[in-house]
Amino acid sequence: MDDPIHQFNIVKYFTLGHIGGHEIAFTNSALFMLIAVAGISLLLIGATRQRSLVPGRLQSIAEMSYEFVADTVRSTAGTEGMRFFPFVFSIFMFVLFINLIGLIPYSFTVTTHIVITASLALMVFLTVIVYGLWRNGLSFFKLFVPSGIPIYILPLVTAIEVMSFLSRPISHSVRLFANMLAGHITLKVFAGFIGLLGAWGILGYAGAVLPLALTVALTALELLVAVLQAYVFAILTCIYLNDAIHPGH
Amino acid sequence: MSNGTRGNDRDSQAAEEAALSARLRSLGERLDQVGSRRDVETGSASRSNADMSAFARGMRLSAELVGGVVIGVILGWLADRWLGTSPWGLIVFLLLGFAAGVLNVMRSAGVMASPSDGRERK
Repeated sequence: MDDPIHQFNIVKYFTLGHIGGHEIAFTNSALFMLIAVAGISLLLIGATRQRSLVPGRLQSIAEMSYEFVADTVRSTAGTEGMRFFPFVFSIFMFVLFINLIGLIPYSFTVTTHIVITASLALMVFLTVIVYGLWRNGLSFFKLFVPSGIPIYILPLVTAIEVMSFLSRPISHSVRLFANMLAGHITLKVFAGFIGLLGAWGILGYAGAVLPLALTVALTALELLVAVLQAYVFAILTCIYLNDAIHPGH
Repeated sequence: MSNGTRGNDRDSQAAEEAALSARLRSLGERLDQVGSRRDVETGSASRSNADMSAFARGMRLSAELVGGVVIGVILGWLADRWLGTSPWGLIVFLLLGFAAGVLNVMRSAGVMASPSDGRERK
């Protein structure tokens, strides 16, 4: 029986080259990222090829995902936030496809590695800082100095605000990573019980019904979590971008 | 005769305009009907959407506190390492990080919307 952690192993397929003494390898993680990107491209290009007035099934999927993300961006970051729509849409679709593809048995879930989620979160974090400074100049730092606070506790509040800002990429990345990791481990553990109980003969078969039912239920839950975490990741991106656009609170 | 044709023109123009406005009105009514029907049809969808975003907001809280504490530990440990102030940097930054984590949780829970709101409440 496989241990539940085995599914997260990175397997190297071939080496692409070396950069600065580091080996750049094509791994299963890279393969599933490529699959996700190819899936998104196929869906969106295929769906928008026909451009009929009354959308077909594929086209309405594409239109719904566009409207869903556009509504999210508009409601959290305002109409000015729509200039970041391509960014948010790419992140949302990428995370969503990776999470959903990861639920297929024998596939690999890229978002169960914190390197990936942290890279995405840091990308958002740096975008917020660079765009905020470029757009607002030094008044971007008003974000850390709340107005109307007495002067004697202002340094303490500012320090806490800075810490709160710095903790964003951590909570942003850990949330997605931890949810996907925990979900996949739970799923594997319960599925493993079926095999273990099944090895006990006829009594084990009866006992294995319970973990089997749980596995089915957990798979449904994981489907919800996969979509939800992609949504949460996207909406938090919008909230952070909103701070870059309107730093004065 | 020219007067007559002009008058006819005016009449026909007025009739055309009346017909056009009537058509526009009926089109508007039909659109309203379709719109209200669509609202009724998609009512359940938007409700489940609201449920989903409430669930999402609940799940957002899970990592906020941890994020604050972790960044406190990282910054404190780095400060101690560079400045040689062990263990004070870790203690101070851990406390600050905990405060930041609680602040994050309260913000994302909507208890404290923004600092400017806090001023009025105070």
